[in-house]
Amino acid sequence: MDSIQTDILTALPELTVLTMAMVVLLTGLSAKNNFILYALAQFTLFIAAYITLSTHSSGVGYAFSSMFVDDTLADVLKLMILTGSAIMFVYTRQYMQLRNIYCGEYYALVLFAVLGMMIMVSGQSMLSIYMGLELLSLCLYTLVALDRDNPKSSEAAMKYFVLGALASGMLLYGMSMIYGMTGSINISEITSALQDTNPKNPVLILGLVFIVAGLAFKFGAVPFQMWVPDVYQGSPTSITMLIGSVPKLAAYAIAIRLLAQGLQPLTEDWQDMLLIMAVLSIAIGNVTAIAQSNLKRMFAYSTISHVGFLMFGLMSGTLNGFASSMFYISAYVLMTLAGFGMILLLSRKGFEAENLKDLKGLSQRSPWAALLMLITMFSMAGVPPTIGFYAKFTVLQSALQAGNIWAVVFAVLMAVVGAFYYLRIVKIMYFDEPEDFATISAPMDMKIILSINAFALLALGLMPQSLLNVCGNAIARSLQ
Amino acid sequence: MLLANIFSNYVLSTSIWIPILTGVILLLVGGDNKAYLTRWLALASGLLSFFATIPLYTKYDFSKGAFQFQEAAQWIPSFNINYHLGVDGISAPLIMLTSFTTVIVIIAAWEVITKNIAQYMAAFLIMSGLMIGVFSALDGILYYVFWEAMLIPMFLVIGIWGGANRVYATIKFFLYTLLGSLLMLVAFIYLYHQTGSFEVTDYYQLPLTMKEQVLIFMAFFMAFAVKIPMWPVHTWLPDAHVEAPTGGSVVLAAIMLKLGGYSFLRFAMPIAPDGAHYLSGFMVTLSLIAIVYIALVALVQKDMKKLIAYSSISHMGFVTLGFFMFSQLGLEGAIVQMISHGFISAAMFLCVGVLYDRMHSRQIADYGGVVNTMPMFAAFAVLFAMANSGLPGTSGFVGEFMVILAAVKYNFWVAFLAATTLIFGAAYTLWMVKRVFYGDIANAHVAELKDINRREFLILVVLAAMVIGFGVYPKLITDFTHVSVAQWLNHMAISKLPVVGSGL
Repeated sequence: MDSIQTDILTALPELTVLTMAMVVLLTGLSAKNNFILYALAQFTLFIAAYITLSTHSSGVGYAFSSMFVDDTLADVLKLMILTGSAIMFVYTRQYMQLRNIYCGEYYALVLFAVLGMMIMVSGQSMLSIYMGLELLSLCLYTLVALDRDNPKSSEAAMKYFVLGALASGMLLYGMSMIYGMTGSINISEITSALQDTNPKNPVLILGLVFIVAGLAFKFGAVPFQMWVPDVYQGSPTSITMLIGSVPKLAAYAIAIRLLAQGLQPLTEDWQDMLLIMAVLSIAIGNVTAIAQSNLKRMFAYSTISHVGFLMFGLMSGTLNGFASSMFYISAYVLMTLAGFGMILLLSRKGFEAENLKDLKGLSQRSPWAALLMLITMFSMAGVPPTIGFYAKFTVLQSALQAGNIWAVVFAVLMAVVGAFYYLRIVKIMYFDEPEDFATISAPMDMKIILSINAFALLALGLMPQSLLNVCGNAIARSLQ
Repeated sequence: MLLANIFSNYVLSTSIWIPILTGVILLLVGGDNKAYLTRWLALASGLLSFFATIPLYTKYDFSKGAFQFQEAAQWIPSFNINYHLGVDGISAPLIMLTSFTTVIVIIAAWEVITKNIAQYMAAFLIMSGLMIGVFSALDGILYYVFWEAMLIPMFLVIGIWGGANRVYATIKFFLYTLLGSLLMLVAFIYLYHQTGSFEVTDYYQLPLTMKEQVLIFMAFFMAFAVKIPMWPVHTWLPDAHVEAPTGGSVVLAAIMLKLGGYSFLRFAMPIAPDGAHYLSGFMVTLSLIAIVYIALVALVQKDMKKLIAYSSISHMGFVTLGFFMFSQLGLEGAIVQMISHGFISAAMFLCVGVLYDRMHSRQIADYGGVVNTMPMFAAFAVLFAMANSGLPGTSGFVGEFMVILAAVKYNFWVAFLAATTLIFGAAYTLWMVKRVFYGDIANAHVAELKDINRREFLILVVLAAMVIGFGVYPKLITDFTHVSVAQWLNHMAISKLPVVGSGL
């Protein structure tokens, strides 16, 4: 087969998204009815997912002179990203309409962001990874500022941009040092070059530190978490939902590509860094979340602590650990979608249900919505029989296997602290009297998907084996 | 035919899932506008769940100490987690107690709960299934899932239907329990990495060094001591009890506390026998503090529910004391005490509930001379109070007496301190009875009290029959426990330390 043909076939899902994003952008210029953009965007995600699924093979395929890889890990993560984005579109449609930011740019930018994530997931060279990351980040900066008359959004966008650009710079700087030491930007060539290099070389270590710092920033791990609360709170909730959910899958992917694959010979060095960040993230995230009265800000700190747990899995440096973090991050994305979906459900024109007190007495206003939120909160707290429990269980067992027993004990103590603020939401919904009596109106499709989303947390908690298999296989096939 | 097959072949699964499924159905079909239907449906579910546990008695082989009614299926093969159930003579009677108590709770809530009836009834049914799951799980993670899941309905029951300070109480209850259980989870994961499975029976065979055993024992101890509760981690219990609705208090006292006791016997002690022996002095001391000090605390309570809550802690001190003397008599006494306390504390809380429904006060000072207006009720209350203070002929006597006898052999002074409970227990219980029931009619409210109705009579008479029945014929329980306890003691007598390199 011709090489260009192979390239195109391997990257067909990405090329589809790229083409369609431009179609959406052009249609947006003239379309009277924005529903068509919504439909086009959903169609794009569906087609891309279909192609990913139908071209999936258990082997590994390379394209564009090994800058791009198509393995099981990439396929699984792409499917998750596409599904997550589709769910997000369903949840945000009415919200965007009511705030007059329901425009062509929104869909085009999100599709470009999705494209960026897909490239990150499939990046096999530092250059393509960086390119994907920048595509994603630039789209996100713009999306945060989409509600341009809102000063809070603009402020959040500015903060996000300045700090994000700094982090990208650090990542790039680190990459250039690694390139200088190994003479290659290709992930697998870096690995083999490192076999013959002195692992204690200061330039190498410095490069590694910069890369880990850049990654930690994108994840939002302590001590690079400063942007998270402000951006979460300042962005329109629909964009917060986007930032908080699927990009974490892509960040996970580049962590695997860079650390677990490319810099695998330096495992011992990055393990310690991740351990410290994991412990700090769990502690600071959980403790600070208690003091929040804004739901979005609380979720921001809760994200920081979830990232800490995720790093526990990565830090163990074993296949078991990587699969555990993948399971954790998938569970996290599902929970985040449900949590923000609930904020969107309760918001209405001119009213953002983003404070804790807006949930007061929800069980009396809408028992069904309260039940869904209840499941989501217990899942975030890691109480069985929800998926959140298995997520914590898998990463803790991998960390314990790696011999970090006291870090694990510390993490579970912090999980108890975390349980408090999730419980407080349940308390507010179930034990307090309602103050707001407005009826909850949402499109039927959103209600149905949100219900499925929340009950999936429960169903996967009762039967986690399928998702465990998916993650285990993806890691085993791609990292061996 | 098929149904009968399922019921007889999967006794434990049906015992667990019937209440859970019927609870969910109740949530879907029940409602406050269909209160009549909801209540009868709940009662039918409760009775069905109770009947599902009856084979545990009729088909139990009393001559065997091994696990019976076993069911095993793969659940999460990635981590070798199995759906493995089974009971021995220790857990079987506790399961029957659980399903029995659920029926009582449903009847007790009949006219009392008028808000969110379906949710209330469903919460207790689901909780009952989950607690039976805890008693019968032989896989660490399965056990943990049941153990934790149980917290959610209890959290809601206390928080929604509880008293004035319910939110504080329920969050305290949840966080205390969660703290303990997460440490237990770490211990399970550690054991998993040693054996490659979560099977309890595999853990029994695993040799562990003294340091490992002590740490594992302490991790389990944190989980179970909070649940029992032992001094000094008992402080959630009076709060939770006082604020919980009557049904909540009954389930808490009658069953949830037993989960902690049972779990010591199933997990902490047999997995780390040398650790348990090493720490037995510490555990006996804590038990004695609970027995003596908490009894004194009970003496000064002004709130009836709080008094009974402290009395529960004191009685559970007997249970842990019985465990850690490692003798057949002490252990069987402790198990009899667990069952008996299930009935007596349930009855005591129901009695307070009867009064509270009429007067909306739990303060002892608000009562006096109740016997004049409620003679029949007073007769029952006095009987249960006597049982609570260990009157011979009631089940309360049997367990305490067996434990004290065992303690005399163990150490005279331990027995001496434990025996003081017969004095203190009688003191706080009877003094409360005197102030509430006897004397002149204290106020106009008491003068207007109406005696118990047929529904309340039914509940109390059934409980009274149980209390006297097990008091006169405790063999019903010891038949179950005898062989299992003997086998358990044999296991505990064999050191699990590796031959070389042991020691702290």
